[in-house]
Amino acid sequence: MATVELKDVRKVYGGKVEAVKGVSIDIPDGQMCVLVGPSGCGKSTLLRMIAGLEEITDGTVSIGGQVVNTFGPAERDIAMVFQNYALYPHMKVYDNMAYGLRNRGTPKDEIDRRVREAAGILGLEDFLERKPRELSGGQRQRVAMGRAIVRKPKAFLFDEPLSNLDAKLRGQMRIEIKSLQRSLGVTSVYVTHDQVEAMTLADTLVVMNSGVAEQIDTPLAIYEKPASVFVAGFIGSPAMNLLAGEIAENGRGVKLVGGAYLKPRDTVLPEVGRSVLLGVRPEHLTLVSDANNADFQLKVTTVETLGADTLAHGHPVDGDPKSSELIVRLSGDVQVRHGDVLPLAIDAGKAHMFDAGTGKRI
Amino acid sequence: MADAASTKTRAEVFGRREQGGMLGISKSSRYVAHAILILGVLIVAFPIYYTFTASTHSLQTILRPPLPLTPGDHFFKNYYDAIFGGVGRIGGVSVDLLLFNTTVMALGIAVGKILISILSAFAIVFFRFPGRMLFFWLIFITLMLPVEVRILPTYKVMVDLNLIDTYAGLVLPLIASATATLLFRQFFMTIPGELLEAARVDGAGPWRFFKDILMPLSKTNIAALFVIMFIYGWTQYLWPLLVTNRNDMNTIVIALRKMISFADADTQWHLVMVTSILAILPPVLVVVFMQRWFVKGLVETEK
Repeated sequence: MATVELKDVRKVYGGKVEAVKGVSIDIPDGQMCVLVGPSGCGKSTLLRMIAGLEEITDGTVSIGGQVVNTFGPAERDIAMVFQNYALYPHMKVYDNMAYGLRNRGTPKDEIDRRVREAAGILGLEDFLERKPRELSGGQRQRVAMGRAIVRKPKAFLFDEPLSNLDAKLRGQMRIEIKSLQRSLGVTSVYVTHDQVEAMTLADTLVVMNSGVAEQIDTPLAIYEKPASVFVAGFIGSPAMNLLAGEIAENGRGVKLVGGAYLKPRDTVLPEVGRSVLLGVRPEHLTLVSDANNADFQLKVTTVETLGADTLAHGHPVDGDPKSSELIVRLSGDVQVRHGDVLPLAIDAGKAHMFDAGTGKRI
Repeated sequence: MADAASTKTRAEVFGRREQGGMLGISKSSRYVAHAILILGVLIVAFPIYYTFTASTHSLQTILRPPLPLTPGDHFFKNYYDAIFGGVGRIGGVSVDLLLFNTTVMALGIAVGKILISILSAFAIVFFRFPGRMLFFWLIFITLMLPVEVRILPTYKVMVDLNLIDTYAGLVLPLIASATATLLFRQFFMTIPGELLEAARVDGAGPWRFFKDILMPLSKTNIAALFVIMFIYGWTQYLWPLLVTNRNDMNTIVIALRKMISFADADTQWHLVMVTSILAILPPVLVVVFMQRWFVKGLVETEK
């Protein structure tokens, strides 16, 4: 158990391609930090640098207060869970878990005790004599976790460990990983491209985009106050509606590209004439009965019925269908049809303003 | 047919064809296929059988045609003479020594080739060192230089190193193998990088990784190569002919040739036949024994 600290960590490939552009993260002892972002954003590279599988071009990685830049993966005392499990195919489950301990010269009875303990935690007692190929995907994932647990490392590193499982199993394993990490209290770094995984697992969430940590905060803070357009669009499903426009005169709110006006309540507007992106999450648009209380009228073009929710796609009646397209999340019992016009209000204080040029939050 | 019922069910399931199963091979064409196969077996097996028959007759019987088609009564005498008595035309060297020489050579070549090629493939695939690709291509182009092409310089080197008439001289020049190196290289490249990384995180250095993970995963490849290389070594002719002068260093294939004189009467044909049978026995045993291993390796896919 230890803290993990990254300080201005950079990775440059072949002197040209900058995969990670100076990331600093402090992970307190026993916490779970999730790195999330689209493919190629540098999250895996960052994790591999923490693991020691990738050289650090610049900056420092410390584990437990000690700079480990020059240490090999084994000396860093970390354990890693890989995307494709990376189990040794010719070894039994028992040997897979024991291998790392054997290489460290742990006494035989200690190895046996730890492997059986980990197998107990993960419900693998009956599979210890089997080979990985005789196991299902979920069981293999457990073995990979077991291999990490037996080592009692300073930190766990997870590299998209659930992406090869089917949706149902993924949800189940997600909860297992969370409770396991809690009960073991081991500092963890978890890489994923799945924002649901990211939101549910993280104590600290790091949203990465093209080598930069766009925002580092608790999952809820990131959901409520995304620091940039990228974070706003990445976290949340369906994605936040982002409408381009500029601040209109006479306090009329935001003049959208298509011509419609939108005036969010309880939101401080920047100076008149500034080009902005107005962001509203689909769940923060409410259907109002009285058209006079509505902020705008939505002309519905497509309806997705999900059961619990209904997603209505459309655009403001007086707006351009293309540039001001948005999605509304309605309760499942609302009957909506293609072509309907819905009076909608933006929930007070739930609108986000981003600078159109920099994409940063205003 | 014992399972006529099941055949019928199958025919019903597929809604056509009365017999012949899923591939739709009719009974008559199956007979033809078997007839061709049996004919092939006869053509291949008959000379071997005839050699065996000849090895159980006395020299007199062999020299007085026609040679009987059934085995004679000299089996034990002939085999005892050959294995323990020695054959006159090759300086009284007995066949057991020849078998020993050939086994040393074939095993040396097979094991040496596998060791060298698996190690060089390991170096080429898993290490980044200057000139890595240069070495790879150097190994690769030796494919174009078989023993026959480089035989004179190789012979000179062996003479200079005083390796004529030694086991080392028989084995060493033949153990470098570009083919086996390439085979292992291709196999190693299919091993997922994650496996290597997992081993590194587990504290396995290169040697441990090689010993604990690569070697066990290469079992099937090693078995296959062993069979091929053992037979390759066993049947070597040109190189042992050059590098051995003494009769007691001959391999069985060379000795066999030396046993046969141009004058028929000089040749102890019954011993030649015994030697021939003994010469083909070890490779056959290797194939038969390793084949089971081979199939086991193929069925239990490890990856």
